[in-house]
Amino acid sequence: MTTIAELPPGFADKVLSAQSTFRSVMDAMARPGSVQRIVPGAGPPDRMMRGTAAIALTLFDHDTPLWLDSRMAESPDLVKWLKFHTGAPVVQDSSIASFALISDGGALPPLERFALGTSEYPDRSTTLILQVDSLRSGRTFELRGPGIDGAATLQASIKPFDLFERLRVNEALFPRGIDVVLVADDAVVAIPRTTRVVSKGS
Amino acid sequence: MNAPAYNFAYLDEQTKRMIRRAILKAIAIPGYQVPFASREMPMPYGWGTGGVQVTAAILGPADVLKVIDQGSDDTTNAISIRKFFAKTAGVATTTATDDATVIQTRHRIPETALHANQVLVYQVPIPEPLRFLEPRETETRRMHALAEYGLMHVKLYEDIARFGHIATAYAYPVKVNARYVMDPSPTPKFDNPKMDDCPALQLFGAGREKRIYAIPPYTKVVSLDFEDHPFEPYRFNAPCALCAAENSYLDEIVTDDKGSRMFVCSDTDYCESRQAAGHHGSLSAAPYKEKAGSHG
Repeated sequence: MTTIAELPPGFADKVLSAQSTFRSVMDAMARPGSVQRIVPGAGPPDRMMRGTAAIALTLFDHDTPLWLDSRMAESPDLVKWLKFHTGAPVVQDSSIASFALISDGGALPPLERFALGTSEYPDRSTTLILQVDSLRSGRTFELRGPGIDGAATLQASIKPFDLFERLRVNEALFPRGIDVVLVADDAVVAIPRTTRVVSKGS
Repeated sequence: MNAPAYNFAYLDEQTKRMIRRAILKAIAIPGYQVPFASREMPMPYGWGTGGVQVTAAILGPADVLKVIDQGSDDTTNAISIRKFFAKTAGVATTTATDDATVIQTRHRIPETALHANQVLVYQVPIPEPLRFLEPRETETRRMHALAEYGLMHVKLYEDIARFGHIATAYAYPVKVNARYVMDPSPTPKFDNPKMDDCPALQLFGAGREKRIYAIPPYTKVVSLDFEDHPFEPYRFNAPCALCAAENSYLDEIVTDDKGSRMFVCSDTDYCESRQAAGHHGSLSAAPYKEKAGSHG
């Protein structure tokens, strides 16, 4: 049993670290496929990457219901860390979550179980934060859409392997849809719902 | 104990988190107006409280801030907002468009082309382009949901029926990424083409109306028009009287009570850098002529 005092720390400088992390995420969202770095460190709990921890401290609070995949939810220290540092309520029902944290991509539930927003309020959707193996090597993907000058190339090793096929629902649902933030250690790549991805094989 | 009087960039952290989440959604859904819990700011509505909140949420110590009001760095609104952030965030400020990383603007887009490392933050009074056509929020929200924008075309058509051309000169409606019709804020329609395929991120904040929206970089932004009445940017047919620019947006300045007037660039930084580079208009002020003379 970990006591509060033994939990890994949050940001050393709450204000400036959150600002710097946000700018990385904002740049990632504005330029899909570009790899952004998250500089500020926050001692991440077990099963959570540095980037994910920094995003949690930057964007989560009592207004953002969280859904955790079973691998994360099974770690009492991780849940305690989130609760202590962000105050965000952890919910069982993924369809009301503002954010979903996924550490085991292989077990990603069908996307329609998350909030997709409504036609009137497409912003009321779940943002997936998906931890992946690598955003430097792996399969090559070609991305197009707003934020991209022509086409962008992403090399990534992602589970589930069919993530981008699944994200095709965004095409039919738009403006409803799911935005995804991929995290590998301190690197982030965002795939907002407007991005269209073509796999180019290995 | 001297605790700082304000948090960095004035807003508290919970407010910044809320605004930051709204900004991310706004970028993900280009042109859609994301509701946010706008705060009271130490300035009145109409003075850019929406833009100020967006700027406060994104600004970091390494940023260089430029603030313009109708293109000018030197007007009350621009100066007071620039000083506000110099004081509360300690950021460097500039008037040079090229040097800025964050540019907050009221009603203009700089003439100098923006680059990829910049964010343009617009102050927006009425974010809903359909508001004057349909006062009910429930109805305009439904119209956006269904992409039902016929009413806007009727409005532009009525312009043509009455005046012979589309008489809308500012806040000219645009369609973003072929989906949402968006109010570009009361910029002159001269500036509309600059929004299209722009390398910089464009964020819009409406404080009183509590909306944030965005245009990501390299996004298609089309001004609404008709095949037989295509969109045309409007500009006074004269060169700038100070820098002789033929392609900048001009302000008309009345110089006496006998009908004399001059046309000068509304973008002061653009005009000044052109004058410094040796361009002179018909009414260039004396010091610039002396400078030019000393070289020759």
